[in-house]
Parts: sequence; structure tokens; C-alpha cells
Amino acid sequence: MIKISDINKIREDFYLLKNSDLTYLDNAASSLKPQQVIDALNYYNEKLGVNVHRGVYKLSYEATDLYEKARQKVADFIHCKFKEVVFTRGASSALNLVASSYGMKYINEGDEIITSELEHHSSMLPWQHVAKVKKAKLIYVPLDAEHRITIENFKKVLTHKTKVVALTHASNVMGYITPIKEIIKLAHEVGAVVSVDGAQSVPHMKVDVKELDCDFISFSGHKMCGPTGIGVLYGKYKLLQSMDPVEFGGDMIDYVYLQDVTFKDAPYKFETGTPIIAGAIGIGAAIDYLNEIGFDFIESQESKLRIYALTQLKNIEGLQLFNPNTDTGIISFNIEGVHPHDVASAFDQENVAIRAGHHCAQPLMNCLKQVATVRASFYFYNTEKDIDNLVEAIKKAKEFFDLFK
Amino acid sequence: MSYGNLETLYRQVIMDHYKNPRNKGLKDGDDFYKIHLKNPTCGDDITIQVKIDNGMITDVYQDGTGCSISMSAASVMSETIKGKTVEEAFKILDNYLNMVKGEKFDAELEMGDAIVYQGVAQFPARFKCATIAWKALAQVMDEHNGNCTCDHEE
Ligand SMILES: Cc1ncc(COP(=O)(O)O)c(C=O)c1O
Repeated sequence: MIKISDINKIREDFYLLKNSDLTYLDNAASSLKPQQVIDALNYYNEKLGVNVHRGVYKLSYEATDLYEKARQKVADFIHCKFKEVVFTRGASSALNLVASSYGMKYINEGDEIITSELEHHSSMLPWQHVAKVKKAKLIYVPLDAEHRITIENFKKVLTHKTKVVALTHASNVMGYITPIKEIIKLAHEVGAVVSVDGAQSVPHMKVDVKELDCDFISFSGHKMCGPTGIGVLYGKYKLLQSMDPVEFGGDMIDYVYLQDVTFKDAPYKFETGTPIIAGAIGIGAAIDYLNEIGFDFIESQESKLRIYALTQLKNIEGLQLFNPNTDTGIISFNIEGVHPHDVASAFDQENVAIRAGHHCAQPLMNCLKQVATVRASFYFYNTEKDIDNLVEAIKKAKEFFDLFK
Repeated sequence: MSYGNLETLYRQVIMDHYKNPRNKGLKDGDDFYKIHLKNPTCGDDITIQVKIDNGMITDVYQDGTGCSISMSAASVMSETIKGKTVEEAFKILDNYLNMVKGEKFDAELEMGDAIVYQGVAQFPARFKCATIAWKALAQVMDEHNGNCTCDHEE
């Protein structure tokens, strides 16, 4: 069990936290990667470097073993079966796979697909495309006054025509947790299938897909201490088996005839070509690392930082806080009269890394009536000192831009 | 208090153009070349209108939304090139692009307030902001010269 007092030891695992004065608050975009993950990647690249599933020699056997062990680690991590884990390039690819495989097969004219304005573009655009091609209807859950998805509002749009519900588990701009378990239950009552965007939830909280009973969940390695270029699609096995592959070629076939082909079972029929071997080994190492830290620590550290940050930010005059009731370590704000990109440049001078922009959520920016926001997002390795640096940077930026008033 | 490099980027002149933009607002009339450019990653959105008579830029208007660097640069650009020939404007444009990229440029060339954007060279992340209006101008002049790439959106 990791104790709060071990935070400095944790920070030693991250090169930038150990060797620079960087205040890294852009974790919702990508987390930093600990040495343990880098070592695992190096081990594969340096000591193995060979392909999987194909070679009979020892090195290939070990690479295959590590690749498939990583799949088991993911399965244990989110509490599903080994064969329900499909490796993808990232959350976006996983979300797209659900739409282009399940959606294109099962959505028909007049069907309804429910999504929300809180979504990341990667969660809603694949379904917008399916809806256009299939002449289905894309329906948005009305957000409440705080821009949350509520069960009450979800009930208003759920009908017997609803075939798919594509919603985020945790918003990457507002930090809200969607009451997804209840939503899934309601959706199942009308026979709809639920695809959850777990890109911002899986790295930060214990997600148990069996308990949620979700049909699909997608997430990325690079937001949870893993490398870029790897992500996961979890799907209930029956659903995965019923779906058609969207990419054809090496590794995913059973038998190839001149005019026909049979495919491997899921998950392999969705992993065409040489798989993301290093990436999978990397996300496996990231999961080992997160397990060692433990979600008790991760959640308590992030919640402590959230309360500490909000208390201070609420008291800064001229700071427009968009989500004072955020559920996670994601805080969105603007400094009145200063464009978010100017804020970001000012913060950069203080070595405070945040994100300024529309966060791939343009519909939400319209709801907030902003072209862009500044977003600070924490992870378990952040400290109160990081928040102090953020607050200092805000004050300094305000003071600087006030000079031109 | 020291603001470090910030002061080299955010010069008084720049912030003045941001708060009091010149030649702002579009005009009716089809005797203008008109280009609309967007930077979807940050939401900068700029339209410029340019009138060219006998190779001379006689009128410029600009409108849009964005950060202080992109908006002020549109204002500065409009002032700088008004009354210049297309050929002169191209020279200024090239010189300006070299300057904000941190490459060799001609410090003697008369380019009005545009010279204060030298600090951008130290903020590579803001290069796009400082150049979007100027890139719109380049497209206008290309179109005038018959080299239209017809790629009005960035
Ligand atoms: C909520 C959410 N969904 C999906 C994504 C897409 O993840 P990726 O860019 O790794 O594919 C992100 C990350 O930007 C996200 O925050």
C-alpha cells in the first residue's frame, strides 16, 4: 500500500518530475511515463524486437508471451475475460471500431443513436457518420444547467428506437462522472447497446466492466502512464463475435481461399497485421505500475488536489470557473479578457503546462459560449506545490495582461 | 515583477492593436479579394478583404476572432500593406515570415508596426497565430497574380 507520504518516491519514477521544475497539469491530454514502463518498452525493443504469433524460435515465443500476458493484465485490470480485450491504436480507434463494425452492421434507417454534447469528438463523430450513412437519427441528451448528463434527461431521449448509446464516462473538459451504470441499465431495458468512452475514467478510478455491465468501453494507454499508439476496446464477447472485421489481411484469418476467407475469433479478427507489440507490453507495464500505486491512493490524491485547487481558484477575482463542481482532477477556466492561448503562453514562461483550446469538444464549447478554455488536469503524482504554482501563474498572467488594460 | 520573455512577445504596440484594431469589419462590394482562414486547433478565424488597383493595394479590411497575437497581427498587417504595391507587399511578407521564424531577415526594410513581432521567434507555439492574417494576404495576392491555389481554408 502506498501512503500519501510516499509521493516524493513516486515522483522519482518520472524523469521530468525528478529532473526539472516542470509543473505538469496536462494529464487529461497525456500522462507522463514512469521509468518502469520505459524499461519494459526498452526490454522488448532491445532484447526481443521480433514479431509475435509467427515465429517458432525462442525470441518470438517470448515476445508472443509478453504480448498476450499484457492482454491478460488489461483483462484483470477492468475485470473481463482475456478474449474480450482488443488492442487498438488508442481510444479513438477503439471508439471508431465499435461504430464502423457494430454500427454499420446493426444500425438501420430510422434507428436512434444517443450521444451528448459533452463528448470528445472521437466519441460522437463516428456515430454522426454512421447516422448519416444509415439515415439513422443522432439524438443528444440535453445537458443540465451545469452541463452534466443526468439520468432524468437521459430518460427523456431514450425510446424503443434507441439502438446505441455512446456516452463518455468522464468528461475531458468538465471532469464530470456520468451516472453510466444506471444509464446502461435503462438502455438495456429497451435493448440498446452502450459504448462507453473510458479515456478519462479508466486511468483515474477503478472501472469494473462486469459491474457496469457496459457493452463496450474504450481507452488509451498514454493517459494512464503507458505509451502512445496503444489503446483498448473491451467488448462483451458475444457482441465482438457477432461483429465483422473492418481491416483485412495478415494475422486475422483462419483460412484463405481465392473467393472466400474465414476469420479468427475475437479479439484476433480485429487485430490485423503485426500487432502493436511494444505498445501492448507498455500498457501492461503501466497497469502493473498503477496496481502498485493503487486506486485508493490515486483517487484520494486527486480528490485532495481537487479540493485544494478549487478552494483557491474560486477566490481569484476575474477567473471564470466553468466546473466548480467537477468530480475529478479536471478544471476548466478562463481569465476574463485574456484569450486562453495568451494564458497558455504566459503559463509556459512559468513552466506550467496546461492545455488551452477546444479540447476536441467543439459542441461543448458552444454550450459554454466560449471559443476555448484553459484546462488544468491532475494525476496522482501532482502535489499541492503544483497547484500553488498554477495559482501563482494565474495571478502573474492576470497582472501582466492587466498592464495593457 | 519579472515576466521574463513575456515582455518580448506582448509589446505595447501589439496589445494596442488587439484592443483597438484598425480596419476592422468587412465591407460590401465585389471589387474586393476576400479570403477566410481558420486554425481549427485553436479557433482563430480570420477574414481579410483587399482591394487591388493597378497592382496597388488600395484598401484592406479584416475581421475575425482569436487570441491577441492573431488579432493584432491582422490589424498590423492591414495597416502595413495599405498603399503598397503587390510586389512590395510580397517583400514585406517574406521578410516578416523569416523574422517570426527566427531566421535571417532584413531589419532595414520598412514594415511599420510589424517589426514588433520579432519576439514571436522565441515562442514557436505562437508562430501560427502571428502568421494567419499574413497567410491570408499571401493567398489574396496569389489569386490576384493568377496563381490561385483555391485553398481558402487552412
Ligand atoms: C474523453 C476522451 N475520449 C477520447 C479521447 C481520444 O483519445 P486518443 O486521442 O488517445 O485516441 C480522449 C483524449 O483526448 C478523451 O479525453
